[in-house]
Amino acid sequence: MDSFLLQVTAGLANGGIYAAVGLALVMIHQATHHINFAQGEMATFSTFIAWAMIQAGVPYWLAFVATMVVSFVAGLLIQRIFLKPVEKAPILTNVIVFVGLLVIFNAFAGWIFEHTIKSFPSPFPVEGMFLAQYFSGHQIGSISVTLVVLLSVFCFFRFTPLGLAMRAAAFNPESARLVGIRVSWMLALGWGMAALIGAVAGMMIAPIVFLDPNMMAGILLYGFAAALLGGIDNPWGAVVGGVILGVLENILGAYVIGSDLKLTMALVLIVTILIFRPYGLFGKPIFSRV
Amino acid sequence: MKKSNHIKSLFAVVALTSASFGLNAQPYDPGATDKEIKIGNTNPYSGAFSAYGSYGKAQAAYFKKINDDGGINGRKINFISMDDGFAPPKTLENARKLVEQEKVLFFFATLGTAPNTAIHKYMNQKKVPQLFVQTGASKWGDPKNYPWTMGWQPNYISEGKVFAQAILDNQPKGKIALLYQNDDSGKDLLIGLEQGLGAKKDMLVARETYEGTDPTVDSQIVKLKASGADIFIHGSGPKFAAQSMKKIAELGWKPTQYVWQVSSSIGAVLTPAGIENTVGLITSAFSKDPSDPQWKTDKAILEYEAWFKKYLPGADPTDSFYIQGYMNAQTVEYVLKQAGNNLTRENIMKQAASINDFRLPLLLPGVNVQTSATDFYPIERMQLARFDGKAWVLFGKTYGD
Amino acid sequence: MSAIFKKIILAVAVLAAVLLPFVLEDFRVFQLNLVLIYAIAILGLNILTGYGGQISLGHGAFYAVGAYTSAILISQVGMSAYLTIPIAAVVCLVMGVLMGFPALRLAGHYLALATFALAIATPQLLKYKGIEHWTGGVQGIILDKPTPPFVLTLFGNELSEDRWLYLVILAIALGLFWLAHNLLSGRVGRAIVAIRDQPTAAAALGINLTFVKTATFGLSAAYTGIAGALSALAVAYIAPDSFPSFLSISLLVGVVVGGLGSISGAIFGALFIQFVPNIADEMSKSAPWAVYGGMLLALAYVAPDGVMGILQKLKKRRQS
Repeated sequence: MDSFLLQVTAGLANGGIYAAVGLALVMIHQATHHINFAQGEMATFSTFIAWAMIQAGVPYWLAFVATMVVSFVAGLLIQRIFLKPVEKAPILTNVIVFVGLLVIFNAFAGWIFEHTIKSFPSPFPVEGMFLAQYFSGHQIGSISVTLVVLLSVFCFFRFTPLGLAMRAAAFNPESARLVGIRVSWMLALGWGMAALIGAVAGMMIAPIVFLDPNMMAGILLYGFAAALLGGIDNPWGAVVGGVILGVLENILGAYVIGSDLKLTMALVLIVTILIFRPYGLFGKPIFSRV
Repeated sequence: MKKSNHIKSLFAVVALTSASFGLNAQPYDPGATDKEIKIGNTNPYSGAFSAYGSYGKAQAAYFKKINDDGGINGRKINFISMDDGFAPPKTLENARKLVEQEKVLFFFATLGTAPNTAIHKYMNQKKVPQLFVQTGASKWGDPKNYPWTMGWQPNYISEGKVFAQAILDNQPKGKIALLYQNDDSGKDLLIGLEQGLGAKKDMLVARETYEGTDPTVDSQIVKLKASGADIFIHGSGPKFAAQSMKKIAELGWKPTQYVWQVSSSIGAVLTPAGIENTVGLITSAFSKDPSDPQWKTDKAILEYEAWFKKYLPGADPTDSFYIQGYMNAQTVEYVLKQAGNNLTRENIMKQAASINDFRLPLLLPGVNVQTSATDFYPIERMQLARFDGKAWVLFGKTYGD
Repeated sequence: MSAIFKKIILAVAVLAAVLLPFVLEDFRVFQLNLVLIYAIAILGLNILTGYGGQISLGHGAFYAVGAYTSAILISQVGMSAYLTIPIAAVVCLVMGVLMGFPALRLAGHYLALATFALAIATPQLLKYKGIEHWTGGVQGIILDKPTPPFVLTLFGNELSEDRWLYLVILAIALGLFWLAHNLLSGRVGRAIVAIRDQPTAAAALGINLTFVKTATFGLSAAYTGIAGALSALAVAYIAPDSFPSFLSISLLVGVVVGGLGSISGAIFGALFIQFVPNIADEMSKSAPWAVYGGMLLALAYVAPDGVMGILQKLKKRRQS
């Protein structure tokens, strides 16, 4: 029984990781209606920047905030420079740009920071604040951070005028322009915020999985799955999706099919859920008029 | 008049004939000249296995030093290493380019079992030496069927057997749990373990694998703990071994832990895992770990560190793959020195197959490089070591032949 | 350009293609084989994504299934290599149709994700110990290249295994391109495109969406499966590591480079994904993939319609 609970709580902790990445993807999708395949590599690169600052002696929270700022600006610039030219182009052209960015970030991370794993510090105490035999301090801390990010994203889109403007710009750029929304800048802002969230996710994940250029490779897929499971437009969905995915993956892997088919299981899960609820668990179907 | 003309023509004929045979009658195969020896390999410098690219980088840096110091027997080494991203089709394409276009003399330290398998037949068909293959898989020492291919480091089956032996000696009633990489290396470790345990195979009560794309192995560790094992063997790559060691400590589990040589670097694995979590860990070693304080004043290590500073500036000194690449290149240097001016592929292979008790300076004192016409496993010996919080303290006898 | 003139040009081109391997060294022929194989795979993906509008980031899986089908039949059953090609095609056709069903309900990003998950899971599936005695597990399967059935020497080069394989692949490729051209420029092609652009109207006109969409998936999978089977012969070795997720991404890159919805563009796409990584490797030792990524970006800005798009533009300029 104890081991079952351990599997569940390990799954919850993993789920928090997937949820964090999923949130960044939801952010970008809400702002631009695209899925950014380079999200993982950008988050890894941000984490490396934080690591470099900490190595140079910068205190943790200062490095944390500085990385958030740098990532925000970088995300904004990337949208302005690389994505604006293909704003009106078909989806696949955008996908090519994402793939190009993915490859470039990964290559630079490997070139500048090398491939040995690096440990990344955690700002939280080692012992769990509660339920210590199931959760480490960092796991509780990072889940809390994820929830804070979730609330912020949700409130931002729901309650602020800027959030509304961003959603409008993504849904209907033409009409949005007519009411005076600077669509292009909305997209750039969306990218900046997604990059910021991604950096936070990376800094929460690195202490657990260790930092190396390929850190996000597997996690990104799970992050996608979490976001889509929950409904790509719904930040709550990303978190719930992440948790479900994490727990189910562990339970199935431990008791049903064995760990050598875990990834396959994630795939089957994704496809199955999407067959019955193509817009995710909490997503709203989008109807288009003829 | 006529006679002198005849003599002149005869002279000319002789001169031309000698010229066409080469002024120097040295035996050379493609890639070897008076001034240069061209050699090559492939490594994964990109993709999921890019961490292993450090081997190739170390080799390139080593040959740079050799060239700066004057080369081998007066010849510079032209080392070409290509990226295959660990994809066998690319390995084959690169190998064919190096053999058919660049015309290298031989290959050495090509990395990975699948990549080497892709070119195994090809190299033997073309009669190009495939030396010192950089993988611990066990199938490379087969001179009868593949006379042009040779392994290098102790293979993982041997390592598994050594662990089994140690466990049988020290904890004959123990229960073993194993986390192993889902590839041929990890599987070889498992095979070695089972072979070594022999009749007591069911001491291995639990085994789990993982994929390189798994974010964490927490779930596997929890499952392994539930088996009630009191011995844990890490057959996982550096990142996952570090994660495992950390998780085991977090769970409050205190099994006797063994870690295979791949993930035994103090700097690259034990430190991120948390030194306090790794005291008592046992590994098998065949070379000196530069991050190990007991070798701080060792001459070979000092030489290595000086080379590292000069030729790999900015690189991470805790990465144990660099030192293995360095040692592999040193083995090649030895073979080339032995070959002298007879630089045919056949002679290279002959020299590689007659290394007699060569003590690479970075090898542990009891370990040597030894090959023969029937023994294509150059390094087979290893010794157990226990981590005391600072260094790997060697104990027990030297295993292997 | 009169029709006869076009036919003559085509015949000359085919003849040149047939003679090409005899003026190149063996290693180059090997590379050309890979290019032709990728071209077939890219054409397959283009049928689904370019014409059909369904994004697949998982075509590496069909490539792998085709390769393993062929390899297993050769090594375990002793079948002739040539016979395994159509069998691999049928296996992948069925697999593609089956995958087409869930794909019916998924659109855009969701389909991209589901297929991407397939691409990432493929190596793990191939390593599964339950099917290990068929697939060889992690060790993979070693094959022999087919031997040339006759002796021939042209331009001083003999008919080696690579050159013979080139001729086989060329014949298959020409056949497949011709088939695609006929299918896609006729009723079938129009139905596929209609469903992509205006599904509601297409259904209203009586086109059976389910049938056409799943059939498109199946056809696309079959093409890519044939390419996979041929790759097993060309490389003479397959292992799970031969089919990483990056392969699926590369095929998509090839489609975009060539030009979406273009049949002849597939060749340019294949040339890109085969040679640009090599070129990038020579341009930068420290970060070659950054160069590759840079080229992708440049492509997206300069030639979003691919090489064929650029050629069309040039043609239009000349005519005006």
